[in-house]
Amino acid sequence: MVKIASTFGRSGTHDYILLRASALILASYAVFLIAWLVCNPGVSYADWVGFFGHIGVKIYTLLALTGLLIHAWIGIWQVLTDYVKNSLLRGAIQYVVVIALFVYWFTGLFVLWGV
Amino acid sequence: MKKLTFSIYRYNPEVDTKPRMQDYTLELEDNQDLMVLEALIKIKEEQDPSLAFRRSCREGVCGSDGLNMNGKNGLACITNLSSLKSNKIVIRPLPGLPVMRDLIVDMTQFYKQYEKVKPYLINDEKTPPARERLQSPEERAKLDGLYECILCACCSTSCPSFWWNPDKFVGPAGLLHAYRFLADSRDTATEQRLDDLDDAFSVFRCHGIMNCVNVCPKGLNPTKAIGHIKSMLLSRAV
Ligand code: SF4
Ligand code: SF4
Ligand code: FES
Repeated sequence: MVKIASTFGRSGTHDYILLRASALILASYAVFLIAWLVCNPGVSYADWVGFFGHIGVKIYTLLALTGLLIHAWIGIWQVLTDYVKNSLLRGAIQYVVVIALFVYWFTGLFVLWGV
Repeated sequence: MKKLTFSIYRYNPEVDTKPRMQDYTLELEDNQDLMVLEALIKIKEEQDPSLAFRRSCREGVCGSDGLNMNGKNGLACITNLSSLKSNKIVIRPLPGLPVMRDLIVDMTQFYKQYEKVKPYLINDEKTPPARERLQSPEERAKLDGLYECILCACCSTSCPSFWWNPDKFVGPAGLLHAYRFLADSRDTATEQRLDDLDDAFSVFRCHGIMNCVNVCPKGLNPTKAIGHIKSMLLSRAV
Protein backbone atom coordinates (compact mmCIF):
# COMPACT_ATOMS: atom_id res chain seq x y z
CA MET A 1 0.00 0.00 0.00
CA VAL A 2 1.44 3.33 -1.07
CA LYS A 3 0.82 6.03 1.52
CA ILE A 4 0.53 9.57 0.22
CA ALA A 5 -1.11 12.58 1.82
CA SER A 6 -1.52 15.36 -0.69
CA THR A 7 -4.31 14.01 -2.85
CA PHE A 8 -7.98 14.72 -2.18
CA GLY A 9 -9.72 11.44 -1.43
CA ARG A 10 -9.20 8.95 1.37
CA SER A 11 -8.15 6.10 -0.92
CA GLY A 12 -7.46 5.30 -4.55
CA THR A 13 -11.05 4.19 -4.99
CA HIS A 14 -12.35 7.35 -3.32
CA ASP A 15 -10.24 9.52 -5.65
CA TYR A 16 -11.45 7.54 -8.64
CA ILE A 17 -15.13 7.95 -7.75
CA LEU A 18 -14.74 11.67 -7.02
CA LEU A 19 -12.89 12.20 -10.30
CA ARG A 20 -15.58 10.43 -12.34
CA ALA A 21 -18.51 12.01 -10.48
CA SER A 22 -17.12 15.53 -10.79
CA ALA A 23 -16.42 14.92 -14.48
CA LEU A 24 -20.09 14.05 -14.99
CA ILE A 25 -21.22 17.23 -13.25
CA LEU A 26 -18.81 19.37 -15.29
CA ALA A 27 -19.80 17.77 -18.57
CA SER A 28 -23.53 18.13 -17.91
CA TYR A 29 -23.04 21.75 -16.80
CA ALA A 30 -21.10 22.53 -19.99
CA VAL A 31 -23.89 21.01 -22.09
CA PHE A 32 -26.48 22.97 -20.12
CA LEU A 33 -24.64 26.26 -20.57
CA ILE A 34 -24.04 25.73 -24.28
CA ALA A 35 -27.66 24.69 -24.81
CA TRP A 36 -28.84 27.86 -23.09
CA LEU A 37 -26.52 29.99 -25.23
CA VAL A 38 -27.75 28.31 -28.40
CA CYS A 39 -31.38 28.81 -27.40
CA ASN A 40 -30.78 32.49 -26.56
CA PRO A 41 -28.74 34.02 -29.36
CA GLY A 42 -27.42 37.53 -28.75
CA VAL A 43 -27.71 37.47 -24.96
CA SER A 44 -27.91 40.82 -23.23
CA TYR A 45 -26.81 41.78 -19.72
CA ALA A 46 -30.41 41.46 -18.54
CA ASP A 47 -30.61 37.93 -19.91
CA TRP A 48 -27.46 36.95 -18.00
CA VAL A 49 -28.78 38.42 -14.77
CA GLY A 50 -32.12 36.71 -15.24
CA PHE A 51 -30.40 33.41 -15.95
CA PHE A 52 -28.06 33.44 -12.99
CA GLY A 53 -30.74 34.95 -10.75
CA HIS A 54 -32.63 31.67 -10.94
CA ILE A 55 -32.03 29.67 -7.75
CA GLY A 56 -31.65 26.39 -9.68
CA VAL A 57 -28.94 27.86 -11.90
CA LYS A 58 -27.18 29.26 -8.83
CA ILE A 59 -27.08 25.87 -7.17
CA TYR A 60 -26.03 24.14 -10.37
CA THR A 61 -23.23 26.66 -10.96
CA LEU A 62 -21.93 26.29 -7.43
CA LEU A 63 -22.07 22.53 -7.84
CA ALA A 64 -20.07 22.79 -11.07
CA LEU A 65 -17.48 25.01 -9.38
CA THR A 66 -17.19 22.47 -6.57
CA GLY A 67 -16.83 19.78 -9.23
CA LEU A 68 -14.05 21.81 -10.84
CA LEU A 69 -12.29 22.19 -7.49
CA ILE A 70 -12.32 18.44 -6.83
CA HIS A 71 -11.64 17.38 -10.41
CA ALA A 72 -8.68 19.70 -10.89
CA TRP A 73 -7.28 18.99 -7.43
CA ILE A 74 -7.08 15.25 -8.07
CA GLY A 75 -6.30 15.53 -11.78
CA ILE A 76 -3.47 18.04 -11.44
CA TRP A 77 -2.08 16.06 -8.52
CA GLN A 78 -1.97 12.97 -10.74
CA VAL A 79 -0.20 14.79 -13.56
CA LEU A 80 2.27 16.42 -11.16
CA THR A 81 3.15 13.13 -9.45
CA ASP A 82 3.89 11.70 -12.91
CA TYR A 83 6.08 14.49 -14.20
CA VAL A 84 7.46 16.61 -11.36
CA LYS A 85 9.91 14.44 -9.45
CA ASN A 86 11.21 17.10 -7.08
CA SER A 87 8.74 16.92 -4.18
CA LEU A 88 9.41 20.46 -2.99
CA LEU A 89 8.65 21.91 -6.41
CA ARG A 90 5.64 19.62 -6.79
CA GLY A 91 4.29 20.69 -3.41
CA ALA A 92 4.70 24.35 -4.37
CA ILE A 93 2.87 23.91 -7.70
CA GLN A 94 0.10 21.91 -6.06
CA TYR A 95 -0.27 24.64 -3.43
CA VAL A 96 -0.62 27.39 -6.05
CA VAL A 97 -3.12 25.33 -8.04
CA VAL A 98 -5.27 24.60 -4.99
CA ILE A 99 -5.24 28.27 -3.97
CA ALA A 100 -6.31 29.26 -7.51
CA LEU A 101 -9.13 26.71 -7.38
CA PHE A 102 -10.40 28.12 -4.09
CA VAL A 103 -10.20 31.63 -5.53
CA TYR A 104 -12.41 30.49 -8.44
CA TRP A 105 -14.86 28.89 -6.07
CA PHE A 106 -15.21 31.93 -3.78
CA THR A 107 -15.31 34.35 -6.70
CA GLY A 108 -18.13 32.28 -8.14
CA LEU A 109 -19.94 32.28 -4.82
CA PHE A 110 -19.74 36.09 -4.42
CA VAL A 111 -20.80 36.71 -8.02
CA LEU A 112 -23.81 34.45 -7.61
CA TRP A 113 -24.60 36.07 -4.31
CA GLY A 114 -24.74 39.45 -6.04
CA VAL A 115 -27.36 38.58 -8.66
CA MET B 1 21.06 -12.06 -51.00
CA LYS B 2 19.61 -9.31 -48.88
CA LYS B 3 21.38 -7.04 -46.48
CA LEU B 4 19.97 -6.17 -43.07
CA THR B 5 21.34 -3.41 -40.90
CA PHE B 6 21.11 -3.76 -37.15
CA SER B 7 21.48 -0.72 -35.00
CA ILE B 8 22.04 -1.99 -31.48
CA TYR B 9 22.17 -0.14 -28.18
CA ARG B 10 25.57 -0.52 -26.55
CA TYR B 11 26.55 0.48 -23.07
CA ASN B 12 29.15 -0.92 -20.75
CA PRO B 13 29.21 1.20 -17.61
CA GLU B 14 32.73 0.00 -16.80
CA VAL B 15 34.25 1.66 -19.87
CA ASP B 16 31.62 3.87 -21.55
CA THR B 17 30.67 7.28 -20.29
CA LYS B 18 27.38 7.16 -22.16
CA PRO B 19 25.33 4.75 -24.30
CA ARG B 20 25.75 4.64 -28.08
CA MET B 21 24.15 2.85 -31.05
CA GLN B 22 26.38 0.46 -32.97
CA ASP B 23 25.64 -0.78 -36.49
CA TYR B 24 26.10 -4.34 -37.77
CA THR B 25 25.15 -5.89 -41.11
CA LEU B 26 23.92 -9.39 -41.74
CA GLU B 27 23.52 -10.99 -45.15
CA LEU B 28 20.65 -13.41 -45.59
CA GLU B 29 19.37 -15.47 -48.51
CA ASP B 30 16.41 -13.82 -50.20
CA ASN B 31 13.88 -16.29 -48.82
CA GLN B 32 15.63 -16.71 -45.47
CA ASP B 33 14.03 -15.52 -42.25
CA LEU B 34 15.43 -15.59 -38.75
CA MET B 35 14.19 -14.76 -35.32
CA VAL B 36 15.71 -11.60 -33.87
CA LEU B 37 17.41 -13.72 -31.21
CA GLU B 38 19.08 -15.89 -33.86
CA ALA B 39 20.33 -12.76 -35.59
CA LEU B 40 21.73 -11.45 -32.29
CA ILE B 41 23.49 -14.77 -31.63
CA LYS B 42 24.92 -14.69 -35.16
CA ILE B 43 26.24 -11.17 -34.64
CA LYS B 44 27.74 -12.13 -31.28
CA GLU B 45 29.39 -15.27 -32.67
CA GLU B 46 30.61 -13.91 -35.98
CA GLN B 47 31.20 -10.21 -35.43
CA ASP B 48 31.29 -9.00 -31.87
CA PRO B 49 31.60 -11.31 -28.87
CA SER B 50 31.29 -8.34 -26.51
CA LEU B 51 27.60 -7.85 -27.32
CA ALA B 52 25.57 -8.73 -24.21
CA PHE B 53 21.94 -9.91 -24.02
CA ARG B 54 19.88 -12.42 -22.03
CA ARG B 55 18.27 -15.50 -23.44
CA SER B 56 17.51 -19.00 -22.32
CA CYS B 57 14.71 -21.14 -23.74
CA ARG B 58 14.70 -19.55 -27.21
CA GLU B 59 11.06 -20.53 -27.64
CA GLY B 60 8.99 -17.89 -25.87
CA VAL B 61 8.64 -19.69 -22.55
CA CYS B 62 11.21 -18.32 -20.11
CA GLY B 63 10.73 -14.61 -20.62
CA SER B 64 14.43 -13.66 -20.52
CA ASP B 65 14.82 -11.92 -23.85
CA GLY B 66 12.31 -9.09 -23.72
CA LEU B 67 13.70 -6.33 -25.96
CA ASN B 68 12.57 -3.24 -27.77
CA MET B 69 12.69 -4.00 -31.50
CA ASN B 70 11.93 -1.20 -33.95
CA GLY B 71 10.12 0.63 -31.19
CA LYS B 72 7.99 -2.24 -29.92
CA ASN B 73 8.64 -4.51 -26.95
CA GLY B 74 8.62 -8.25 -27.53
CA LEU B 75 10.53 -11.49 -27.10
CA ALA B 76 13.48 -11.66 -29.49
CA CYS B 77 13.22 -15.45 -29.79
CA ILE B 78 9.71 -15.44 -31.24
CA THR B 79 9.89 -12.25 -33.31
CA ASN B 80 10.60 -12.90 -36.99
CA LEU B 81 12.92 -10.43 -38.70
CA SER B 82 10.37 -10.36 -41.53
CA SER B 83 7.62 -9.27 -39.13
CA LEU B 84 9.57 -6.07 -38.47
CA LYS B 85 9.02 -5.18 -42.14
CA SER B 86 12.24 -3.21 -42.57
CA ASN B 87 15.82 -3.76 -43.61
CA LYS B 88 16.95 -1.54 -40.79
CA ILE B 89 16.36 -2.98 -37.35
CA VAL B 90 16.84 -0.93 -34.23
CA ILE B 91 17.27 -2.93 -31.04
CA ARG B 92 17.21 -1.35 -27.62
CA PRO B 93 16.84 -2.68 -24.07
CA LEU B 94 13.37 -2.63 -22.49
CA PRO B 95 12.58 1.04 -21.78
CA GLY B 96 12.32 2.48 -18.30
CA LEU B 97 14.56 0.09 -16.39
CA PRO B 98 18.22 0.77 -15.53
CA VAL B 99 20.63 -0.73 -18.09
CA MET B 100 23.28 -3.02 -16.64
CA ARG B 101 25.02 -3.63 -19.94
CA ASP B 102 23.97 -3.41 -23.62
CA LEU B 103 20.56 -5.09 -23.85
CA ILE B 104 20.50 -6.33 -20.26
CA VAL B 105 18.33 -4.39 -17.85
CA ASP B 106 18.08 -4.51 -14.08
CA MET B 107 14.68 -6.06 -13.32
CA THR B 108 14.75 -5.45 -9.56
CA GLN B 109 12.04 -2.79 -9.60
CA PHE B 110 9.80 -5.00 -11.73
CA TYR B 111 10.19 -7.98 -9.39
CA LYS B 112 9.62 -5.80 -6.34
CA GLN B 113 6.22 -4.84 -7.70
CA TYR B 114 5.50 -8.49 -8.43
CA GLU B 115 6.45 -9.42 -4.89
CA LYS B 116 4.15 -6.73 -3.50
CA VAL B 117 1.00 -8.43 -4.76
CA LYS B 118 1.82 -11.62 -2.83
CA PRO B 119 1.79 -13.88 -5.88
CA TYR B 120 0.96 -17.07 -4.03
CA LEU B 121 -2.15 -18.74 -2.67
CA ILE B 122 -3.21 -17.62 0.79
CA ASN B 123 -5.70 -19.84 2.54
CA ASP B 124 -6.42 -19.55 6.26
CA GLU B 125 -8.81 -22.46 6.70
CA LYS B 126 -7.90 -24.21 9.91
CA THR B 127 -8.06 -27.74 8.58
CA PRO B 128 -6.33 -28.24 5.28
CA PRO B 129 -8.08 -30.75 3.02
CA ALA B 130 -6.74 -34.31 3.08
CA ARG B 131 -5.74 -34.27 -0.59
CA GLU B 132 -6.17 -31.08 -2.61
CA ARG B 133 -8.33 -27.94 -2.79
CA LEU B 134 -10.93 -28.63 -5.42
CA GLN B 135 -12.29 -26.15 -7.95
CA SER B 136 -15.21 -26.48 -10.30
CA PRO B 137 -14.34 -26.22 -14.02
CA GLU B 138 -16.01 -22.77 -14.00
CA GLU B 139 -13.88 -21.57 -11.09
CA ARG B 140 -10.78 -22.89 -12.79
CA ALA B 141 -11.73 -21.18 -16.06
CA LYS B 142 -11.49 -17.79 -14.33
CA LEU B 143 -7.72 -18.23 -14.14
CA ASP B 144 -7.31 -18.62 -17.89
CA GLY B 145 -5.57 -15.65 -19.44
CA LEU B 146 -3.95 -14.87 -16.10
CA TYR B 147 -1.72 -17.78 -15.08
CA GLU B 148 0.11 -17.91 -18.44
CA CYS B 149 2.21 -14.80 -17.75
CA ILE B 150 5.95 -15.48 -17.98
CA LEU B 151 7.08 -12.22 -16.34
CA CYS B 152 8.99 -11.01 -19.37
CA ALA B 153 8.27 -7.36 -18.43
CA CYS B 154 7.39 -6.38 -22.00
CA CYS B 155 4.10 -4.93 -20.74
CA SER B 156 5.23 -2.99 -17.69
CA THR B 157 8.15 -1.43 -19.55
CA SER B 158 5.81 -0.20 -22.30
CA CYS B 159 3.51 1.46 -19.79
CA PRO B 160 4.00 5.23 -19.27
CA SER B 161 2.47 5.00 -15.79
CA PHE B 162 5.14 2.45 -14.87
CA TRP B 163 7.91 4.60 -16.38
CA TRP B 164 6.92 7.59 -14.23
CA ASN B 165 6.26 5.73 -10.98
CA PRO B 166 7.97 2.32 -11.08
CA ASP B 167 8.25 2.33 -7.29
CA LYS B 168 4.56 3.05 -6.63
CA PHE B 169 2.49 1.77 -9.55
CA VAL B 170 2.39 -2.04 -9.54
CA GLY B 171 2.30 -2.17 -13.34
CA PRO B 172 0.39 -4.45 -15.70
CA ALA B 173 2.36 -7.66 -15.02
CA GLY B 174 2.07 -7.39 -11.24
CA LEU B 175 -1.61 -6.47 -11.47
CA LEU B 176 -2.34 -9.40 -13.75
CA HIS B 177 -0.94 -11.63 -11.01
CA ALA B 178 -2.82 -9.72 -8.34
CA TYR B 179 -6.06 -10.48 -10.15
CA ARG B 180 -5.01 -14.09 -10.74
CA PHE B 181 -5.18 -14.58 -6.95
CA LEU B 182 -8.18 -12.32 -6.39
CA ALA B 183 -10.06 -14.50 -8.87
CA ASP B 184 -8.93 -17.78 -7.34
CA SER B 185 -11.77 -19.52 -5.49
CA ARG B 186 -9.24 -21.19 -3.16
CA ASP B 187 -7.71 -17.94 -1.97
CA THR B 188 -9.18 -16.47 1.23
CA ALA B 189 -7.22 -13.20 1.40
CA THR B 190 -9.36 -11.25 -1.06
CA GLU B 191 -10.18 -8.41 1.35
CA GLN B 192 -6.60 -8.06 2.52
CA ARG B 193 -5.36 -8.06 -1.08
CA LEU B 194 -7.84 -5.34 -2.04
CA ASP B 195 -6.88 -3.26 1.02
CA ASP B 196 -3.26 -3.38 -0.09
CA LEU B 197 -4.14 -2.15 -3.57
CA ASP B 198 -6.53 0.62 -2.58
CA ASP B 199 -4.26 3.66 -2.78
CA ALA B 200 -3.86 6.34 -5.42
CA PHE B 201 -0.97 4.58 -7.19
CA SER B 202 -0.91 0.79 -7.04
CA VAL B 203 -3.88 0.18 -9.34
CA PHE B 204 -5.39 3.55 -10.11
CA ARG B 205 -2.36 4.89 -11.97
CA CYS B 206 -3.51 2.71 -14.84
CA HIS B 207 -5.33 4.99 -17.25
CA GLY B 208 -6.25 2.24 -19.70
CA ILE B 209 -3.80 3.22 -22.44
CA MET B 210 -3.49 -0.49 -23.34
CA ASN B 211 0.17 -0.43 -24.42
CA CYS B 212 0.50 -3.54 -22.27
CA VAL B 213 -2.11 -5.46 -24.26
CA ASN B 214 -0.49 -4.34 -27.48
CA VAL B 215 2.87 -5.92 -26.64
CA CYS B 216 2.21 -9.01 -24.52
CA PRO B 217 3.90 -11.90 -26.36
CA LYS B 218 1.56 -14.38 -24.69
CA GLY B 219 -1.51 -12.52 -25.93
CA LEU B 220 -2.69 -11.70 -22.41
CA ASN B 221 -4.81 -8.73 -21.47
CA PRO B 222 -3.59 -6.95 -18.31
CA THR B 223 -5.93 -4.00 -18.91
CA LYS B 224 -8.94 -6.30 -18.58
CA ALA B 225 -7.57 -7.79 -15.36
CA ILE B 226 -6.96 -4.28 -14.01
CA GLY B 227 -10.54 -3.39 -14.94
CA HIS B 228 -11.75 -6.34 -12.86
CA ILE B 229 -9.65 -5.19 -9.88
CA LYS B 230 -11.06 -1.66 -10.18
CA SER B 231 -14.62 -3.03 -10.25
CA MET B 232 -13.91 -5.14 -7.17
CA LEU B 233 -12.57 -2.09 -5.36
CA LEU B 234 -15.50 0.06 -6.48
CA SER B 235 -18.24 -2.41 -5.62
CA ARG B 236 -16.71 -2.73 -2.17
CA ALA B 237 -16.72 1.05 -1.71
CA VAL B 238 -20.31 1.82 -2.71
S1 SF4 C 1 -3.61 -0.11 -19.74
FE1 SF4 C 1 -2.83 0.51 -17.75
S2 SF4 C 1 -1.26 -0.93 -17.25
FE2 SF4 C 1 -1.66 -1.16 -19.46
S3 SF4 C 1 -0.14 0.18 -20.44
FE3 SF4 C 1 -1.96 1.38 -20.07
S4 SF4 C 1 -1.73 2.42 -18.11
FE4 SF4 C 1 -0.23 0.75 -18.26
S1 SF4 D 1 1.54 -10.01 -19.04
FE1 SF4 D 1 2.49 -10.62 -20.97
S2 SF4 D 1 3.96 -8.97 -21.40
FE2 SF4 D 1 3.42 -8.80 -19.27
S3 SF4 D 1 5.01 -9.91 -18.18
FE3 SF4 D 1 3.28 -11.32 -18.51
S4 SF4 D 1 3.76 -12.37 -20.41
FE4 SF4 D 1 5.09 -10.58 -20.32
S1 FES E 1 14.64 -16.95 -24.74
FE1 FES E 1 13.06 -17.66 -23.41
S2 FES E 1 11.43 -16.36 -23.96
FE2 FES E 1 12.89 -15.83 -25.45
